[in-house]
Amino acid sequence: MRTDKEKILITGSGLAGLSAALECALNGKESILISSAPSQRAQSVMAEGGINAALDTKGESDSPEEHFQDTLKAGCFLADARAVRGMTEAAPGIVMSLKDMGVCFNLDENGDPDLRNFGGQKKKRTAYAKSDTGKQIMTALTDEVRKYEASGMITRFMNHSFETLLFSDCDRQVCTGCLIRDDYTDEILRFESSAVIIATGGMHGLFGNTTGSRLNTGDAVAELFRLGAEIINPEFIQYHPTTVSSGGKRMLISEAARGEGGRLFAMKESDRWYFMEEKYPELGNLMPRDITAREIWRTGKKYPVFLDMTHLPDDIMENKLSGIVEDCITYLNLNPRKEPIPVEPGIHYFMGGLNAGRNHMTNIQGLFAAGECCGLYHGANRLGGNSLLGAVYGGRMAGKNACDYSEHNTLTAGSDSFYDDLSGKCTISDKDRVLLQNTLNKCMGVVRSEKELQEGLEIIRGIEGDAARLGEALCAAALERRESRGAHFREDYPDTRESFCKSTVLRR
Amino acid sequence: MKVRVKIFRGNNFNERSPKDYQIFEYTGDEKASVAQLLYELNSTDELVDADGNKCEKISWECSCFVKKCGACAMRINGVPRTACSFFLYELKDRELTLEPLSKFPLVKDLTVDRSFIFESLKNISLWLEGKAGHSPETHEFRYGSAKCLMCGCCLEVCPNFRVGGKFTGAVTPVNMFRILDGQEKNDHRKDLKRSYSKSYYEGCGKSLSCRDICPAGIPVDDLIARSNAAAVWGRG
Repeated sequence: MRTDKEKILITGSGLAGLSAALECALNGKESILISSAPSQRAQSVMAEGGINAALDTKGESDSPEEHFQDTLKAGCFLADARAVRGMTEAAPGIVMSLKDMGVCFNLDENGDPDLRNFGGQKKKRTAYAKSDTGKQIMTALTDEVRKYEASGMITRFMNHSFETLLFSDCDRQVCTGCLIRDDYTDEILRFESSAVIIATGGMHGLFGNTTGSRLNTGDAVAELFRLGAEIINPEFIQYHPTTVSSGGKRMLISEAARGEGGRLFAMKESDRWYFMEEKYPELGNLMPRDITAREIWRTGKKYPVFLDMTHLPDDIMENKLSGIVEDCITYLNLNPRKEPIPVEPGIHYFMGGLNAGRNHMTNIQGLFAAGECCGLYHGANRLGGNSLLGAVYGGRMAGKNACDYSEHNTLTAGSDSFYDDLSGKCTISDKDRVLLQNTLNKCMGVVRSEKELQEGLEIIRGIEGDAARLGEALCAAALERRESRGAHFREDYPDTRESFCKSTVLRR
Repeated sequence: MKVRVKIFRGNNFNERSPKDYQIFEYTGDEKASVAQLLYELNSTDELVDADGNKCEKISWECSCFVKKCGACAMRINGVPRTACSFFLYELKDRELTLEPLSKFPLVKDLTVDRSFIFESLKNISLWLEGKAGHSPETHEFRYGSAKCLMCGCCLEVCPNFRVGGKFTGAVTPVNMFRILDGQEKNDHRKDLKRSYSKSYYEGCGKSLSCRDICPAGIPVDDLIARSNAAAVWGRG
C-alpha cells in the first residue's frame, strides 16, 4: 500500500498511539493507526490513579522543577534528564489540554483539575478522574481522534497486528515500513513509510501474571529486538505494591487508595503493625513503589499484609475511589469500606523497553517508540502518575519527530527498496511460552539473586522463539547489574553502587 | 468445582445446529470467572474436549480481565455479559453455555467483528468541536457516558438494532450525552442533534431492553432520557 502523500505508520492505539496520531494530524500529516483491538480495549483504560502535573493549585508552591527532581530521584538517576525535563515542563499544559478535550477530571472549587497525593511526591500533583483516570482520558482522546478519522487525516486498521519491519537494505539500518497481519483473516498487508512509530505497550506477555492487558504480549518488541533494535534497562520491572490475585492474573488496587489516606499494616499475631509508617515517618504509606513493594514482600513472608481503607470518609470513597470499591466487591467479594484488603506486590509496569533518543527514534533510522514499550522517562523506577503523562507526552514527541523526519526522508517510488526478513521470525510455542513465563516470574521477582538468575538464564537459553530471546535479555541484564537500584534488588548485592549509575543496553 | 461447558465452535452462528457445539469439562475454583476458564482451557498444551477429542484452541477476545475493556463480551447461558465478570458460583446448575454475540458478523467461535459500532459513531460525528464545557451539575452523567466499553451487550438485546441498519442502538445516546453536554452551541451541535434523531431517536422502539444489561453499570435508560431531552426536546 502506497499513498501519494506519505503517511506515518503508528502501531498501537492506546494512549501513546492516539497521542501520536493526533500530533501528526495537528502537524498536517496523515497517519495510519494500526492496532490489534479498538482503543477501548487498550491497557491504558486500566490506569486508575491519575496523571502528574505541577499545576500548583494547592498553595504548596509546587513547580515543574520539583516534579522533575522527584521523577529523576525515583528513577535513581537512570532516566534521560533532558527528556524528563521536557515531560515535566509540558505536564501542566497537557493536563489542561486533556480537560479542554472533555476529560472528566474531578474538579476543585475553582474548576481546575483537583490534585491528590501520590507515592514518592510530597506535594499534591496528581490530577485524577475518580479511580478511572485512564478510561476517562482514553474516551476523550478516542473522541478527538474520531474527528480526524472522519476527515481522513487518520486511517484506522483495527484487529491488525504488527508482523515485521521493512528495511531499505539487508543491513537493517533504515526502516521503510512494516508488514501487518489481519487478525481475523490472517492476511498480510504491506505498508510503506519512512516513519514507523511503535506504541505497543509493555512486555507483560513475557510474565503472563501481571496487572496489565493480555493484549500486551511484548511480541512486537521481541520482533524488533530480533531485527536489531536495542533494548534499554529491561531489568527494571515495577512491582506495584498493592495487587490481589483475581481471574488468574493480578488485579491492581490503585495507589490512589493510599494517596487518599489508606494505610498498610501487617497482622503480627493479633496486633496491627503499621510497618511503613514506623519505618518511613515522613512519606509513610506513600514511599516510592519500589521501596513499598519490597517492604510488603519482606513483611509478607512473615505476616499477612493488608491495605486498610475502612476509616476513610464516605465522600472520599464515593467521589474519589468508587472504582476500587466496585472492583473489590465484584472480584474479591470484599467491601473495602468494611474490611481491609489483603495485598501483595505484582508486576505492573516495564520501565525498560526500546532504546530511543530524546527525539524518540530508536537505533533503527525511521523507527520511533512511545509509551510503555519505550524506555526513556522512568529510569530504574517509575513514579505513580507518570505513566499516563509519559504516554501522552511521549506519543506527542514521537509524532512530532516522526513528522519532521518524514518531511526530510520521503520515500520515492522506484528508487526505494523494501526488504523484510519474515522468514527469520521464530514464534514461541504455547507450551514454551508458559515455561518462559514461569521461569521469568521465578528469577525476576521483587528480590533477585545470582543463583536464581543463572538458573533461569540456563532454562531460557534452551527455549526456542524470539520471545525467549527477549526474556533472555531481561535475565542477562538483571544478572549483569551487580547492585541494587530502584526496582532491581539483588540480595547478593544489596547496595547501590556508583559505578553502576548507567543504563544497560542490549542488542541481539 | 466441576463445570460442563458447552461452547459454540464454528463460523456460522445464525444457522447453527447442535453439532456446532463442543462440550468441555472444567475443574477449578468456584470464584473463577468465565474469562479465567477460557484462558485456562486455551493454556493447556493440548485442548481436549469431554469426549477426549483433541481440538483447536477456542477463538475469543480478551484484554483487561477486570471489566474495564469490553473485549470479552459474549452470550453466557443466553445472556450477553463480559466473561470476566461472570463467575462460576453464579451458576444455578453446573452447566455453562458460551456463544458469540449474535448481532455481529462472526469471525470464529466466540469472536465477532464489532467494527460497526465504531463506524457508526464516526458517521454520526461523535466528537467535540472546540473546548469542552464542564458543567458541575452534569459531571456525573458525562463521567458515566465516558465509561462505555463499546462491548455490544446493549445492542445484542435490542429488538431494533442490526448491523448495517440506520438505527445505531443505545451506544449512541450513552456516548452522545457527554458530547452534547460539553459542546458549545454552534453548527456542529445542530448537526449532532440531527444525526442523533436519524440514527437513534427515530429508530428506537422504546422497549428499554437495554436497561440493566450494561456490564460497566452505566444507567443506560437515564442517559437515553437525557440525550433525548438535549437532542430532541431542546432541553439542555
